[in-house]
Amino acid sequence: MNRQAQAAVLFLIGAAVLHASVTDLYLRYVKAGLRPLLLAAGVVLIVTALATVWYEIREHRKASADRPGDRRDGARAPEREIRDAHADTDTGADAHGRTGEHERASWHGDEHSDRHRDEHADGHTDSHGHGDGHGHGHREPRVSWLLVLPLLALILVAPPALGSYSAMRAGTALQAPFGYSKLPAGDPVTLGLVDYAGRAAYDHGRSLGGRQIKITGFVALDRAGTPYLVRMALNCCAADAQPVKIGLSGRIPPVLRPDTWLEVTGGYTGKRTKDPVNGGIIPFLDVSSARPVPTPRDPYDESWNN
Amino acid sequence: MTITEEAPPPVHRQDEDDRQGRKGWNFNSPLALTMLLLLVIASQGPIRGALSAPVMQSWMTVFVAVVVQALPFLVLGVLLSAVIAVFVPPSFFARALPKRPALAVPVAGMAGAILPGCECASVPVAGALVRRGVTPAAALAFLLSAPAINPIVLTATAVAFPRNPEMVLARFVASLLVACVMGWLWQRLGRTDWLRPPARPAHDGLGKGAAFWGSVRHDVMHAGGFLVLGAMAAATLKSVVPASWLHAAAGNPVVSILALAILAVLLSICSEADAFVVSSLTQFSLTARLAFLVVGPMIDLKLFAMQVGTFGRGFAVRFAPTTFALAILMSVLIGAVLL
Repeated sequence: MNRQAQAAVLFLIGAAVLHASVTDLYLRYVKAGLRPLLLAAGVVLIVTALATVWYEIREHRKASADRPGDRRDGARAPEREIRDAHADTDTGADAHGRTGEHERASWHGDEHSDRHRDEHADGHTDSHGHGDGHGHGHREPRVSWLLVLPLLALILVAPPALGSYSAMRAGTALQAPFGYSKLPAGDPVTLGLVDYAGRAAYDHGRSLGGRQIKITGFVALDRAGTPYLVRMALNCCAADAQPVKIGLSGRIPPVLRPDTWLEVTGGYTGKRTKDPVNGGIIPFLDVSSARPVPTPRDPYDESWNN
Repeated sequence: MTITEEAPPPVHRQDEDDRQGRKGWNFNSPLALTMLLLLVIASQGPIRGALSAPVMQSWMTVFVAVVVQALPFLVLGVLLSAVIAVFVPPSFFARALPKRPALAVPVAGMAGAILPGCECASVPVAGALVRRGVTPAAALAFLLSAPAINPIVLTATAVAFPRNPEMVLARFVASLLVACVMGWLWQRLGRTDWLRPPARPAHDGLGKGAAFWGSVRHDVMHAGGFLVLGAMAAATLKSVVPASWLHAAAGNPVVSILALAILAVLLSICSEADAFVVSSLTQFSLTARLAFLVVGPMIDLKLFAMQVGTFGRGFAVRFAPTTFALAILMSVLIGAVLL
C-alpha cells in the first residue's frame, strides 16, 4: 500500500469512527464513557491522513523542482522513491540502465529473505541515511490491508449489539450486590434488569416490597424453549460483555422471537433456576403484561461501570 | 505469522507494475483500494445475507468492538511514540535512566505506572524507546509492566474485586516482578539479532512536522493491521468456543491456573476490563484468577501479533512463551504468599 492509499484508509477509518461516535452507533460495541476518546482518535486519524497528503504533495513539488525532467503526476511517487533507493544502493549505476530481469531477480530475493532484507535496509540506512524509499517500499504494506476489514464492517454492515446467541452461550454473570438502595417511587417501578435480578436472587425480593416492576431486556430462548429476558452487562467493550438473565413465568406473550426487546411488567416470584452453563442463579419474574419496545439507546447494562 | 506470508504481496506487484507502467498501464494501491471498496459496495446485498447467521453477527460485533475499543489507545500510544521518536532527544533517556542496565530495568518497569491505558499503547511506545537508544532490556520491562500496573487498571481491579483488596497488591507485585525478571533475562540471554526494530523512514533531512506525521501514519497502519489480526482471533474464540469447556477445568487447581492463563491469551481483552471478566469466574481460585490478570496484559493474541510487527518474528516467538511461563510461575508464587 503506498502513501496515498494509506492516507485514504486512514481518512476513511477516522471518518467512520467519528460517525460512529457522533451517532449512537458506538454504543453497540463499547461503553458510553469511551466517546470522547473515540472522537479524539477519529480527529487524529483524519489529521494524519491530511498531513500525509500534504507532505506527499510538498515532497513531490520539491522533487520535480529539483529534477525538471522527472515525471509530473503524483501517482508515480513510489516509483520515484524506489528508483532513488536503487540509485543509492548501486552508487553510480543508473537504475534505468539495468535489465528488467536483473531488477526483478533482486526484488524477488528481497521478498523471500527477511534477514537479507533487514541487513540490506539497515546497511542502506547507515551508509546513505536514506532508507526511506527502500524500507517504505516493502514494509508498511501487506498487513495494513487488513485495516480495510473493520472499516467495511463498520460502514457497510454495522453489526448489531450482542444478542441471544451470545447470551445463551455464556453463563449468567449475576453477582451478589453490595447493598440494596431504596426503590424509586412509582408503581409499577422501573428497574434495571441487573438490579432486579440481584434483589430477587440474593435478597429473596424483600427489598422489592411486593411492588410491581417494569424491566426492559431482550428475549432469549433455551433449547427447551423457556423464555428468558436478558441484558448484556458490559465493562469496556462487547468482547467482555456477559449476560445477566431472568426467567419469565406467568402471562408470557404466546409468540416470542429471540432478540426482540420487551418491556415486561410483573412481580417477584420465588421461582428460580440454575444456569446450565455455569450454575449461576437465574431468578424469575411473574409477568402480568409485556409489550415490544424498540432497542434502547444503549443496549448494554453499564451499571458496573459506575 | 503465516497470514502475512501467504497474503498476496501487493507491493511487490505494485513495484513491478509500476515498472511496467512505463509502457502505459499502471496498477497501484490507491486504484486497488478503490476497486475493492466499489466491489464490496456493489455486492453488499449477498455479503449481508451471508453475514446474517447468529454466529457471524456475533463474530462481527466482537471483532468491531475489539478494534473500536483499542483504536483510541493505539492512537494515544502512536502519538506518544512519535513524540519520543521526533521531539525527545536520545540524550534524555541516557540521563533519565541509570547507566547500568540491571538498574535501568526496574526503573523502566516502575515508569510503566505512568502510561495510562491498555496494552495497545505500550507496544509502539516500547518500539520507539528501543529506536531511541534505550537499552532493550529496560524497554521490554516497560512494555510488560505498563499495561498492568498503571493506576487506571489497578483501580478497575479494586472495583472488580471489592471483597479481595489484596488482589490489587498481588497484581501489582506479580506484574512488576515478571516485567523486571524478563528485562534481566533479556539482558543476560537476549541477542540483538533477535530484535528487529522495523526499518522505517529515516527522519534525518525531514522537517519535524513531516517526521512526526510520518511516524504516526506508519505506526497506525502497521500496528493497526496487527491489531486487526488479533481482533479476528479473539472474536473467533469468543463466538465459537463454548464457555462450558472452561467450567470443566475449574475443578483441578493446576489445570484451572493453566486454563485461565491460556484463556487470557486467547481472549485478548483490554487490560482495563479483564478484571471484571475474571471476577465473575467465581468457581476458579483467586490464584488462577491472578494468573489471568498477570498473563493477559503481557501476552495475548493481539499483543503477539503486534510484537511480531514491531520487533520481528524471531523476537516474538522467543519472548512470548517465556513471558507466558514466567507470568504463570510468578502468579503462583505471589498467589501463595498474598492470597
